[in-house]
Amino acid sequence: MEYYEIFISVLSSTIRLSIPLIFTALAGLFSERAGIFDIGLEGKMLGSAFAAACVAYLTGSAWAGLGAGVACSVALSLVHGFASITNRGNQIISGVAINFFIAGITIVLGQAWFGQGGRTPQLLPEARFAPIILPGADAIRGVPIVGPLYAGVISGNNILTYLAFLAVPFSWWVLYRTRFGLRLRAVGENPGAVDTAGISVAWLRYRAVMCAGILCGFAGTYLSIAQSAAFIKDMSAGKGYIALAALVFAKWRPVPVMFACLLFGFLDALSNFMQGKSVPLIGEVPVQVFQALPYILTCVLLAGFIGVAIPPKAGGVPYVKER
Amino acid sequence: MSTASVTLPRWINYGLIPLLNLIVAFLISGFVVWLIGESPLAALSLLIEGAFGSGEGIGFTLYYATSFIFTGLSVAVAIHAGLFNIGSEGQAYIGGLGCALVALALDHYVPWYVTMPVAVIGAGLFGAAWAFIPAFLQAKRGSHIVITTIMFNYIAAALMVYLLVHVLIVPGKMAPETRTFLEGGQLPKLGWVMTMFGSKLGAAPFNVSFIIALVAAWFVWVLVWRTKLGFEMRTLGVSPTAASYAGIPYARIVIIAMLLSGALAGMMALNPVMGSSARLQVEFVGGAGFVGIAVSLMGRNHPLGIIFAAILFGVLYQGGDWISFEMPNITREMILVIQGLVILFAGALEYMFRPAMVRIYQQFKRA
Repeated sequence: MEYYEIFISVLSSTIRLSIPLIFTALAGLFSERAGIFDIGLEGKMLGSAFAAACVAYLTGSAWAGLGAGVACSVALSLVHGFASITNRGNQIISGVAINFFIAGITIVLGQAWFGQGGRTPQLLPEARFAPIILPGADAIRGVPIVGPLYAGVISGNNILTYLAFLAVPFSWWVLYRTRFGLRLRAVGENPGAVDTAGISVAWLRYRAVMCAGILCGFAGTYLSIAQSAAFIKDMSAGKGYIALAALVFAKWRPVPVMFACLLFGFLDALSNFMQGKSVPLIGEVPVQVFQALPYILTCVLLAGFIGVAIPPKAGGVPYVKER
Repeated sequence: MSTASVTLPRWINYGLIPLLNLIVAFLISGFVVWLIGESPLAALSLLIEGAFGSGEGIGFTLYYATSFIFTGLSVAVAIHAGLFNIGSEGQAYIGGLGCALVALALDHYVPWYVTMPVAVIGAGLFGAAWAFIPAFLQAKRGSHIVITTIMFNYIAAALMVYLLVHVLIVPGKMAPETRTFLEGGQLPKLGWVMTMFGSKLGAAPFNVSFIIALVAAWFVWVLVWRTKLGFEMRTLGVSPTAASYAGIPYARIVIIAMLLSGALAGMMALNPVMGSSARLQVEFVGGAGFVGIAVSLMGRNHPLGIIFAAILFGVLYQGGDWISFEMPNITREMILVIQGLVILFAGALEYMFRPAMVRIYQQFKRA
């Protein structure tokens, strides 16, 4: 039975580690499907984590924190949109700029406001999203196999976790079953055709980056006020880039995005679990192998060895009407 | 009439507009300083005092600038061929392995001036090797170089931590770093340059790699503007289709450009590894690869511009340290804020002021 307990614990940390990835990768999905590359996912996640923690601390309300996180992330999305849609600047450069700016400003402001070396003060329980115990979790905990799975993995997560798993089918529905989604996908493949149909390419792309901003806001909020109880400097720690890798790995489709994020979350959970333990026949596997694995897998995929990942055709190219 | 097709004189394109972008970035940074409750003007004077106030300050400024010249050149060479190399950070990291291995192997036997050329080659080769895979994937399999180079930055970080913790570490020591190189593996400081100007270098690690960086800049200038290869690279950068109609081999030029870019990034490691700390440490690159993006954008991808931009960022890094020392409210990370703003305004929003400039210029010409 001990193996089963390990399995449950790795599974529950897999979910915990996957949630920010799922939100962020879905954010990238909306943006990139509309033809706007978004390297700034990392920065938006970090920025919203900071905003959420600050406001949750000041107001004592987790929901106000979520609002601030989303607002901050949407504002950054609009900067990205202004640079890459209105001014037709380089989307990659704009994203890199946002990442730098946020990496600095969160620490500068954090230190100036709270004086704790870039941290925000520890949040009280009511300023956080608390775990939700689903009905009957305690009652069936003792039931073999199903009990621990229900009580330890399915129940006891916070509301953002459940929202992340709802966001996946919702994103699928928006992208594939609504007029907005059809146009959004079209603008990423052939903006000229969308323009000819009399639909504003710029406004459509602005809406797409705003969707990305909202989702990144959830990811950041999850980091600082659901998973942890404070903002810690550089707490996104490359998750934005992992989400980007997951997006490529999922070939820009919503449901595979979820599975890719779960896979990368699982690798992360496994590397935590495997620290100092040895595997039969192989011996101790260095943590760095697990850390590098998502990136290596993505490169292997990009090289075309596991299917071909074809990005949206108009991705990264500013739309010029006169052409 | 669209303003995009109007040609502006060079001094506006390469002088005034970058200056304007820089000024806006600094104004916003000043606003942040003001928001924190400190005086922006006082911060600016501290910045200048810290960077130029003493021989040691100047030495540190030039030491940082050395690294940024290398990474700036690395980014620029790739951009000329139409490739956006975000991987300079990882390539510099692996380059550090190359030059450290050379230094560890030779420092017992030969003086530094024998080690140096071999270390330059080692660092360059390792950096180039790390750029080769993304380049190959871009050239032959069509995978996007931006994504692959980002991935390779993280793979490089994991690989180097593994090597330093498990392979290269000195037995019995806790810190994940190689042993200290002997004198034969260290690059001498350039104290005599400072003495020439009548000041002292002090503890600043300003060293011979600055001269290597200047040579590299000259080499890049010759390569890009005075050779056939450079012409082919620039053609590819302007229009891949035109290049292929002209019979320029796409795959070969992409790979060569990235190898050069990786080699230049790798050579950056000479400065911190052999010039300053005399050992290979974790995270010695410290973001210099990313600063290279800002430096290259600011310098308009021209070696001379890159040298000036690298010194500007050297000033920011050294002066920023000074500010954070004198004004504890403003942390060192203020540099990242300024850097982000410079990249935003000089890179992504480079065309923002252009239409206004064109209008003013045309009015001026008519009058």
